[in-house]
Amino acid sequence: MASSSSSYNSPCAACKFLRRKCMPGCIFAPYFPPEEPQKFANVHKIFGASNVTKLLNELLPHQREDAVNSLAYEAEARVRDPVYGCVGAISFLQRQVQRLQKELDAANTDLLRYSLADISPPPPASLSVPQGMISVQPIPQRQFSGRNEGFYRQSPTTTYSSFPYSLPWTDTSSVDMSEGGGGGGNHM
Amino acid sequence: MMASGYSNSPCAACKFLRRKCNQDCIFAPYFPPEEPHKFVNVHKIFGASNVSKILNEVLPHQREDTVNSLAYEAEARIKNPVYGCVGAISVLQGQLFRLQKELDATNADLIRFTHEGSSSLGLGHVHSDDFFNYPSNLSNDM
Repeated sequence: MASSSSSYNSPCAACKFLRRKCMPGCIFAPYFPPEEPQKFANVHKIFGASNVTKLLNELLPHQREDAVNSLAYEAEARVRDPVYGCVGAISFLQRQVQRLQKELDAANTDLLRYSLADISPPPPASLSVPQGMISVQPIPQRQFSGRNEGFYRQSPTTTYSSFPYSLPWTDTSSVDMSEGGGGGGNHM
Repeated sequence: MMASGYSNSPCAACKFLRRKCNQDCIFAPYFPPEEPHKFVNVHKIFGASNVSKILNEVLPHQREDTVNSLAYEAEARIKNPVYGCVGAISVLQGQLFRLQKELDATNADLIRFTHEGSSSLGLGHVHSDDFFNYPSNLSNDM
């Protein structure tokens, strides 16, 4: 949350950390309040104050709060997990998406099987049946895999075209990195 | 991809930093000269000295994954300067939410089909708490 502009009495967390005077117009002051010293400490450790300054200067003022919050999130994740940082969370979530998609495919397959089991068998060819006499259970409009692979199943590999980033060191299928809204992303 | 670090050609980091690439260069195994953009991105977002400190904090066998995840984060931040790879987390959480709703609805339909005395199906259900709150101990002001 952006706090009010720096006051002479209370330097922002960044200037406190850097042991410098917090001037009016300090670029860090709205986003690093003195009550949250760890936020800047993490960001400084991972990204460095000058890199954060350059990043913020490249953005429009209304984008900076979100940028600082996402940097703080990444920095905290990297401090807790120096090897994977928040990319570990992405990998975990991607696996959950795949697992849930498999569950959904299986449930849809089961639903299709039950739906088809309720359809009356076709009459002998010698008889003509008036239209409308055969009742068919309505099949809900769900996402069908189109494959009937048995009750408990192997699901096909699923790609998620909406996921903009690829993880080069996993064996999941993924899409290439694409434009994620550079120059002012608005994903969220 | 890990380069040997012992070739005559300086690694991408030392090329970029215009310095001699020694045999014990910490960057050389992970920033081969054929991938200059990898170090350029990492340097732009994190800085060479911060990367060096992080690599020195992890065990040698962890460094390749560390560099790859830093490179991933750096590229994501360059493509999306506001949200970086945190944007991807948000997208994935949205996908999970939609999939869970879809699964709940499909399971409800299955229950309707089978409520008249069929054997129990042992319907699968993924508990949403596991992934909606990940990482649960991190602040999330998004």
